[in-house]
Amino acid sequence: MSWFLAHPLTWLVATLLAYRLGVHLRDRTGHPVAQPVLVGVVLLAAALVLLDVDYATYAEGTTIVTFLLGPATVALAVPLHRQLGRLRGYALPLVAGLLVGVVVSVGSAMLLVQLLGGDELLARTVAPKATTAPVAIALSRTIEGVAPLTAAIGITAGILGAVAAPTVLTWLRVREHRARGLATGAVSHGIGTSRMLHEHPVEGAFSGLAMGLTALATSLLLPLLVPLFLR
Amino acid sequence: MRVVSGLTWLLGCQLVGEVVVHALDAPVPGPVVGMVVLLLVLLVRRPPEGSSVHQAADALLPHLQLLFVPAGVGVVVYGAVLRQDGPAIVVALVVSWLLGLAAVGWTAQLLTRERAR
Repeated sequence: MSWFLAHPLTWLVATLLAYRLGVHLRDRTGHPVAQPVLVGVVLLAAALVLLDVDYATYAEGTTIVTFLLGPATVALAVPLHRQLGRLRGYALPLVAGLLVGVVVSVGSAMLLVQLLGGDELLARTVAPKATTAPVAIALSRTIEGVAPLTAAIGITAGILGAVAAPTVLTWLRVREHRARGLATGAVSHGIGTSRMLHEHPVEGAFSGLAMGLTALATSLLLPLLVPLFLR
Repeated sequence: MRVVSGLTWLLGCQLVGEVVVHALDAPVPGPVVGMVVLLLVLLVRRPPEGSSVHQAADALLPHLQLLFVPAGVGVVVYGAVLRQDGPAIVVALVVSWLLGLAAVGWTAQLLTRERAR
């Protein structure tokens, strides 16, 4: 049994099965909480704790999944390229909105967490939370945060968007489709985007666009922003 | 072969990105530079919709959530940190998420209205 639990393939197959179950639940129930990533993380974290398997064993088995984050990030250029035509006449709202978003997302997260008693390491860790996971992980390493914790916080921000973004945007009186998409992609990256694609085609497209551009803008601005918001 | 061809484009662009980051000592992750490299390739080469690189991206991106799972499970390892700083992280996360959403939504919508007038 311990041989089986230590085998890398066990955890790769378990991850794929848990993800598939998550996809099935999403498609069957349509409930916003039934996100495949949430189902996968909850099931595998529970399995590791219950079976007393350490994370290093799990991480070794799922190296190939984590490796694919690189080419997946590169692949974001494809949806970005498809939407370039929709940008005509929308450059100012797009650029201004996303730049304001990057500063507010990074600044408010860093200041709030320090105000509530967190240390400098925690402030660096929360800084890239609004970007898509592959970028958040890479950026967290670059600015010396705790990368897996950044990913977890970012994923939580993504799930928050998938569950609540459309309702909150209506409450904030943001009704223009492009603006709704941009706002969601800017704070909830790919997970928020997957929800917006179900809401409205334009919202989905602009959410994906915002995810890519926010990742890009945050990557460029983060080294300059982080020192500004450390107390 | 199309799968291999598409993956080669993605990994090739990532490699170019890694080389650029290494050469310039840039504070940007290699895959992000790779994204810009692929965007330039798409603009210059104009591959038709359904090309191998489109297929690879369309195969990979719908399952982006799967790729987040191992990192998410990493929360288990940092459970101790979370327990100590948990409330600070949760409050900062939710409030910052809300502020960011409002900032982007309001800014973009306001500027669209201004220009429409």
